[in-house]
Amino acid sequence: MRDVYVVGVGMSKFGEVWRRSLRQLFVDAASTAIKDSGVDHLDSLYVGCMSSGMFVQQEHISALCADYLGMAGIPATRVESACASGGISFRQAFLEVGSGVSDIVMAAGVEKMTDVDGDGATAALAGAADQEYEVFHGATFPGLYAMMAHAHMAKYGTTSEMLAAVAVKNHHNGSMNPVAQYPFEITVEGVLNSVMVADPLHILDCSPITDGAAAVIVTSEEVGKKLGKPCIKVLGSGLATDSMALAQRADLTTIKAATIAADRAFKMAGKKLSDVQFAEVHDCFTIAELMVLESIGLYEPGKAGPAAQAGETALDGKFPINPSGGLKSKGHPVGATGVAQVVEIYKQLTGQAEGGRQIPGSPKIGMAHNMGGSGASSVVHIMEVA
Amino acid sequence: MAGIVGYGAHLPRHRIKVEEIAKVWGADAPSYKKGLMLREKSVPPPDMDTITLSVEATRRALIRAQTVDPKDIGAIYIGSESHPYAVKPSGTTVAEAIGATPDIHCADFEFACKAGSEAMFVALSHVDAGHMKYALGIAADTSQGAPSDALEFSAAAGAAAFIMGKDNLIADCLDTHSFMTDMPDFWRREHEFYPQHAGRFTGEEAYFATTKGASIALLKKSGMKPADFKYAVFHQPNGKFPQRVARELGFTQEQIDPGWLAPRLGNTYSGASPIGLSATLDVSEPGDLIFMCSYGSGAGSDAFIWKVTERIDEVRDLTVRTHKLLDENIIYIDYGTYAKFRRKIKMNY
Amino acid sequence: MSMFSSRSWREYPQRYRMEASRFKKSGKTYYPPRDIDPETGDTAQEIVRLPDTGKIVTYTVIRVAPSQWGDLSPYALAIVELTDGTRMMGQMTDVDVEEVKIGMEVRLEFRRIQTESHEGVLSYGHKFVPNWF
Repeated sequence: MRDVYVVGVGMSKFGEVWRRSLRQLFVDAASTAIKDSGVDHLDSLYVGCMSSGMFVQQEHISALCADYLGMAGIPATRVESACASGGISFRQAFLEVGSGVSDIVMAAGVEKMTDVDGDGATAALAGAADQEYEVFHGATFPGLYAMMAHAHMAKYGTTSEMLAAVAVKNHHNGSMNPVAQYPFEITVEGVLNSVMVADPLHILDCSPITDGAAAVIVTSEEVGKKLGKPCIKVLGSGLATDSMALAQRADLTTIKAATIAADRAFKMAGKKLSDVQFAEVHDCFTIAELMVLESIGLYEPGKAGPAAQAGETALDGKFPINPSGGLKSKGHPVGATGVAQVVEIYKQLTGQAEGGRQIPGSPKIGMAHNMGGSGASSVVHIMEVA
Repeated sequence: MAGIVGYGAHLPRHRIKVEEIAKVWGADAPSYKKGLMLREKSVPPPDMDTITLSVEATRRALIRAQTVDPKDIGAIYIGSESHPYAVKPSGTTVAEAIGATPDIHCADFEFACKAGSEAMFVALSHVDAGHMKYALGIAADTSQGAPSDALEFSAAAGAAAFIMGKDNLIADCLDTHSFMTDMPDFWRREHEFYPQHAGRFTGEEAYFATTKGASIALLKKSGMKPADFKYAVFHQPNGKFPQRVARELGFTQEQIDPGWLAPRLGNTYSGASPIGLSATLDVSEPGDLIFMCSYGSGAGSDAFIWKVTERIDEVRDLTVRTHKLLDENIIYIDYGTYAKFRRKIKMNY
Repeated sequence: MSMFSSRSWREYPQRYRMEASRFKKSGKTYYPPRDIDPETGDTAQEIVRLPDTGKIVTYTVIRVAPSQWGDLSPYALAIVELTDGTRMMGQMTDVDVEEVKIGMEVRLEFRRIQTESHEGVLSYGHKFVPNWF
């Protein structure tokens, strides 16, 4: 496979974006990415989107997005893998360019989540769990992660304070991100005193409901270099799946698909975790960030919580996690999230992270981990400054 | 004759006290407690209904039946005035849940509080006639009384299930008698949520006349007298009526005690005398005679004479006794929770 | 928009009778039933009925519930390991949610699981209750 580059990125505002529709959010991000990269055309388009059908009753958004980008005619493909839709959209673009089929591909992701009420959003998101044997019994997404959190607490002594430390850290990072939905600081006490959603997860342990889109331009090395813009190189991509229902997993305290996806990505990249300086990981709930860090091998099981409390994963820590603010503070438009993570990796590696959240010491290699459902899919990418 | 080869009951764990209901409506709790001998009643939570109560009672009946293969059950009849569907049988779900489908006859019965004993009667008759090896008669209700109405203090939930057969009996049915006239004492029109009743007219001319009519006829037919029985069970719309009808017929308080559940259970409608029978079987000994008479408004009574066999000693404690369900792990709820559970609050969904 | 009742109807054997797949080669049991043993790829299986008691492996208490679960809220949701080792997810009922904990002994009870609006079909299945009796 030939080398693949990311040469430009774009994001819409994340949040309750009442004045912009799904197609407009996509155009906001996509046109920014095109402008940022300087490309004059796209060979094809991937759009990650989890549930436009349930959120705005619109399917067939690949063609819709190409059309409203003014590029009707190009090949366009929608990618769906729940909350990992964006990360897999990026993977498809990477594979298409790497294979030599195309030279310039856009990997985008979009979700418009606020045109339905809380029940509607919960129902749409619940589609990422086993409808017949989890959701049927009243499972919600906070509930599924809460069950993993209880198991993790029972096995390793993880505490609510450790979970809160993750939220506090990510909100601090997000407070410096101009597109973040909730760009403000929170405190451990604030998290612990917030409404309990699903024991032991408080509302401030949960990522929000968000409208938003993100897009990146993926090109061949030749095109990337010719454009003369800051570039990063995609070193490896790994995707893995696990059993859909939590009850079928032997160990509820680890995300097996994340372990496998990371192994695959590192193998492809020819790198190891110690070569990486920072990561964006899928913190849909605070417990998810801890479990993913343990699953990819950054920490021993049970050690990620104390590490978060000790500041090891802070922006100025030894391994910054979620410099963007993560899903927690930046927002979690599910289909866009995986692409938005790549946007952050690009910005950090090219020294363009705004608002004072640039990781000190010019990081050279970053990693993005994006997850679907309660961990039945995980997709990992390793990227290096070019 | 045919008889019972397996029996079981199921009750909700939730209870509401008479005082809690009386407080809301400014009613006089002592007059319900003393006058009608009602202290509290069972309340089904939103995830419990006639079908779920029937399944749990039937599973216990199957445990006590020991060797009965559900596939050998030829009929399933559920008597209830609170079938969850107006159209779609309750029995099909129960039959499916116990693995008795598809070669089985099924009907849902409705005759106010007598529907349960009807289900038992018809099940028994099929077996007795040799139509099938086993038949299942279930009595179950999650009855509703209109808010503030006298019935609200008694309308309760519970179920009992009886597998009828010819061999390996727990209780042999020695004789039966049914008695019925057209009596407008209590009714619920199609599409109405709560039943209506004719107040004090439901007593003398309805409950007492009918229960006595059936009981006296059966005693006469069988040539037995109240003193011949170890126990007796009557329909119990409240605590007082069965006490009085027992006394007037010549039965003693000791005879009705094991099956006299209404003071703490409330009126389980179709379930009332069948659950009382289940509780009575739990404490009976081989050879005991049990007199049972149901009552359903409209109005009719089914009376039975059961003779307990030695198998009772073997099966009694294979599963939980009815009194344990009545006495243990009780959850008391307030009127607000009760109103939510019984869907008495107008909601948007 | 409402779903046809065919969707829940085809699940009745496993929801009503707790039927599961036991694969011949591995002896492993899966609930709900599957066509292929994920461990061996084997398709030869027998249908077994699962035991009705087990222990809570993990749980949560859903305190912010979708409105269709409003009348039961707050409710506990648990993953239970049945006595044969098979695991399933379900709701706890008839219990003070503050008493639910990992390791709690539970029994399956047949319950109404969902009601699709006031007019729709009722869905039944099993919930967990503390194993009192």
